Amino acid sequence: MTAHSTLHAPMAMGVTSAAAWLLIACLWLVYIAGVWRTRRQKPWPRWRMLLFTLGCATLVAAFMPSLMHAAHQDVRWHMVQHLLLGMFAPLGLVFAAPMTLLLRNLPPGGARRLVRFLGTWPVRVLTHPVTALIFDIGGMYLLYMTPLYAQSLTTPWLANVLHLHFVLSGTLFTWAIAGPDPAPHRPGWRMRMGVLIVAMAAHATLGKLLYAFGFPRGTGAGLEELQQAAMWMYYWGDLAEAALVVALMLAWLRRRQRMARHLNAASLDTHTG
Amino acid sequence: MAVQPPVTPDIRRTMIAAVLLGIGFMAAIDEIIFHQILAWHHFIDTGSSALALASDGILHTMELVLFIVGAFMMIELHGRAAQAPGYRGPGFLLGMGGFQTFDGIVDHKILGLHQVRYVEHVWLYDIAWIGAGLVVLAIGWKLLQRARRGQATSQH
Repeated sequence: MTAHSTLHAPMAMGVTSAAAWLLIACLWLVYIAGVWRTRRQKPWPRWRMLLFTLGCATLVAAFMPSLMHAAHQDVRWHMVQHLLLGMFAPLGLVFAAPMTLLLRNLPPGGARRLVRFLGTWPVRVLTHPVTALIFDIGGMYLLYMTPLYAQSLTTPWLANVLHLHFVLSGTLFTWAIAGPDPAPHRPGWRMRMGVLIVAMAAHATLGKLLYAFGFPRGTGAGLEELQQAAMWMYYWGDLAEAALVVALMLAWLRRRQRMARHLNAASLDTHTG
Repeated sequence: MAVQPPVTPDIRRTMIAAVLLGIGFMAAIDEIIFHQILAWHHFIDTGSSALALASDGILHTMELVLFIVGAFMMIELHGRAAQAPGYRGPGFLLGMGGFQTFDGIVDHKILGLHQVRYVEHVWLYDIAWIGAGLVVLAIGWKLLQRARRGQATSQH
């Protein structure tokens, strides 16, 4: 690391933290305002509000100046930050169903236009699980297996882009796989489960590759530090992914139960009718 | 009063769910006791090829997914009172034994991802590892035969 970047890094990071916190606060306020505005129509579930708050709090924690600083010095803390930004915060944000809340707040014409926009082919391609997989997991392979990571340590703007990428691609992936918002063009359950399994396997494999071959390189970190970071990625990643599998299976269970009720009702009709 | 349609136990689905739970349970024991607590197993052995690591990643993922899927299948069967009680135990044991045997032969020996323990005479540990898997498989098989005979004579 050059003397230049050591001097300027803390200041640049302070600016990033402040900007990120401001953005998160705005996001949270907008969500709460949406809940407040529509409270008379149909109360918004409290647990969704709680989830959004937890998601935002996770982001706030990930952008704390002390963590930013530690992550800059130590690959293990970088991995903690990565897990918070890309895997745990998106769980809160996505399962808070922000799109449903937005649709509820828009006037009918605006809601219809938004739905139509979501159905256009570029948006459909972008929000397809396979696209999300490539952005999310592909981005990770690119970051850790190439000199990109070492580059990001000395280039503040690149580090900021990466943080943003973690949040956006993690959120996109979580939403594409198991988002609770209505999405008429979303592929079926099997496809989403399949993509999730591929993503999990690719994530676990990346963790083991980092461990085995001492990636990311060029950071000056010792092998032990890199291996610990890889193991944290592997095991904590499991936890976030397991939550997604549970979400998908809950949807499956609800559908099966609905089907069984229909069947029951139909057979009751024939018995009594 | 409408008559509730009679529910027949769904043997096939009960077996599938139980086997999945057994696989996941054994894998969890492996991960928690042998990797974490005893630290006999290594995360990986240095010198494992990228291909072996990828197959390990896939296996690890399937363990986690299948366990959750098995649990939800059981919940669903329970919800419509369609679990076949005599088949849960055998399915669970077959899943456990099957995974243990597979792990001992494919992961430890063929792929060489890691060994049971890093000592001399590791073959003794291998025999115990695979043997334990086979014993559990045999017990599961025996219980399955019993469940099948029971099914032939009575409903329970």
